[in-house]
Amino acid sequence: MQQVFSIPNSMKKDFKYTFCPGCDHGIAVRLVAELIDEMGLKEKTICSTSIGCSVFLYDFLDVDCIEAPHGRACASATGVKRANPDKFVFTYQGDGDFASIGLAESMHTALRGEKVAAICINNTTYGMTGGQMGPTTIMGQITTTSPAGRNVDYNGYPIKIAEHIALCDGTAFSARVALDTVPHINEAKKALKKAFQVQLDGLGFGFVEILSSCPTNWHMSPEDAHKRVREEMMPVFPLGVFKDITAEVK
Amino acid sequence: MGKIVIDNNRCKSCYLCTMTCPKGLIKKSAKTNRLGDYMVEFDDKKEECIGCAMCAKRCPDMAIEVYR
Amino acid sequence: MKNNEKVLIKGNYAIAQAAINAGCQCYFGYPMTPQTEIGEYLSSKMPELGRGFVCAESELAAINMVIGAVSTGVKAMTTSSSCAVALMQEALSYACGDEVPVVLVNVMRAGPGLGYIYPAQGDYNQSVYGGGNGDYKIIVLAPSTVQECVNYTYRAFYLAQKYRNPVILLADGLLGQMMEPASFGENPYPEVDVSSWALTGAKGREGRAIYSCAPDEKKQIQHIYNLFRKFEVIAENETSYDEFEVEDADIILTAFGSMTRNIKAAMKVLREKGIKAGCFRPITLSPFPSKRINELAKQGKDFVVVEMNMGQMLKDVEYSVKGQSKVSLINRPCGEWLSVEEIVSSVEKMVEVSYAAGI
Repeated sequence: MQQVFSIPNSMKKDFKYTFCPGCDHGIAVRLVAELIDEMGLKEKTICSTSIGCSVFLYDFLDVDCIEAPHGRACASATGVKRANPDKFVFTYQGDGDFASIGLAESMHTALRGEKVAAICINNTTYGMTGGQMGPTTIMGQITTTSPAGRNVDYNGYPIKIAEHIALCDGTAFSARVALDTVPHINEAKKALKKAFQVQLDGLGFGFVEILSSCPTNWHMSPEDAHKRVREEMMPVFPLGVFKDITAEVK
Repeated sequence: MGKIVIDNNRCKSCYLCTMTCPKGLIKKSAKTNRLGDYMVEFDDKKEECIGCAMCAKRCPDMAIEVYR
Repeated sequence: MKNNEKVLIKGNYAIAQAAINAGCQCYFGYPMTPQTEIGEYLSSKMPELGRGFVCAESELAAINMVIGAVSTGVKAMTTSSSCAVALMQEALSYACGDEVPVVLVNVMRAGPGLGYIYPAQGDYNQSVYGGGNGDYKIIVLAPSTVQECVNYTYRAFYLAQKYRNPVILLADGLLGQMMEPASFGENPYPEVDVSSWALTGAKGREGRAIYSCAPDEKKQIQHIYNLFRKFEVIAENETSYDEFEVEDADIILTAFGSMTRNIKAAMKVLREKGIKAGCFRPITLSPFPSKRINELAKQGKDFVVVEMNMGQMLKDVEYSVKGQSKVSLINRPCGEWLSVEEIVSSVEKMVEVSYAAGI
């Protein structure tokens, strides 16, 4: 028998995930590592990491990483790419990092058509600080800072990130995927590959929003958390490709 | 025909694999890990595993190796 | 232009051209009076040279772009002015913790808040002590002429890479906007080897990470000790200052940046009037030349700090003097630069008061 599934080479030797049990971050990082292996990018990759549960990416991925302050990963990635147009540059951020504190940097990086890829993990909460209301918290969702549920009078509405990024002229690819089932995980990998490829082809900004579970802060079992992704998140954040300039117009 | 090897040092007992295996070959074990959580075990007496790797793709912690 | 040819050039343009000569590969900036000409100048020059230029969406983004660029071992800079430099304090703390060679030019205007575009020197504290979190230090160079803007821009890029530490070139609106003859010469500093730390892709080696966060307490403590050991080395090697006629002086006028010009002129007038005045001017505001000031104070020389703020460098001079002689302040918060006449008459009054008191 041959080994058909193993830890990607682009993971650090003896890495130890610090994510909670059942957290989808682990899968997202694995997909990135698999693609870096498959696309032969390891030697030319520079990653701009963010603050939040994603912060220790540099302890997991065996690629060059620069730590960006909270929300500034896209700005820092812009700097890396402008100084090194031949490198493969991506950010790995949470929704709070990408779409709240860093919305200006994220949006303008897309508008400039910066040749970088951005990955945003949307779990509708601030995970690392213990489950507060974030920019993607859905209406009625109970968090530690919306104890009565997100309410429009107090809190306004959540942001649909992938759709907003798709509206930016500099965006080459924008999609929303999920990690709740194995078929969706396969789809997510395809979307990430496309987001990486548009950068390599010099076409513009590549973006993937990944709907992810947060069993710990949602107070759910990992399986129930995936059920919530399907039943509560997907109606608000529909999966799909919102922009792909490489696709033929049908 | 296939088989899997579970790395109990990586497994965090989230049990997502037990619900993902199409043939129900991964089960909660009676043994606990150092945190006191019940570990999972591969139970394939009838050699039903085809090495589809769905468990490994589902596993958030890369704790499963798949052979085919 | 020929290298040694003197040209009449505005301070802001001089900084921009010196950055190009120093090998600055990328510029990221946002408009802010009175430093906007730096970005304007580079917006045409950098693309011509095939180098990077981004009109950033904010100063926050601009300095983080610099962090990204310099982490890969290239030279890059951003420029801004007072209240927008305040926006960059978080990134300066990160850059220090990350040990990345950020170069920031601050052409000061008045504050607090929006203040206005009057000349001022109110960013001494912001630059030397900073507004970022944690224990960190930044190298701060204060030019007083357009020629020094050129020289210290070269030096800023060199020191940043040599010590993997952010460097601020602290100019002011007067210097940014005035025209003066200056020559560019060659960048006198050697290239620094960055190969041991720069992010260039994990080719033939493990992935590298540049970060300031250590979830392990011992590592975090060690990191801060290492940073401070480095600051000691910087203080040992790089502290610089100018002094004029301090040997026989009873009273030493002290200023930084463009105010240096006025105290030098005031010193001459005071000497003509029989008051034995000298001049002392820190070039590096951080590390501050405390040792030399202390030596002079020990000889019984009094200090008069002249600055366009409410007495910011004053505190460092007082700290250096350690009560061994008298320290006074001549200042104005912002606006019209203190004239030579004003400085002279203030010093004269101080001397009269001291004489009357029999000191």
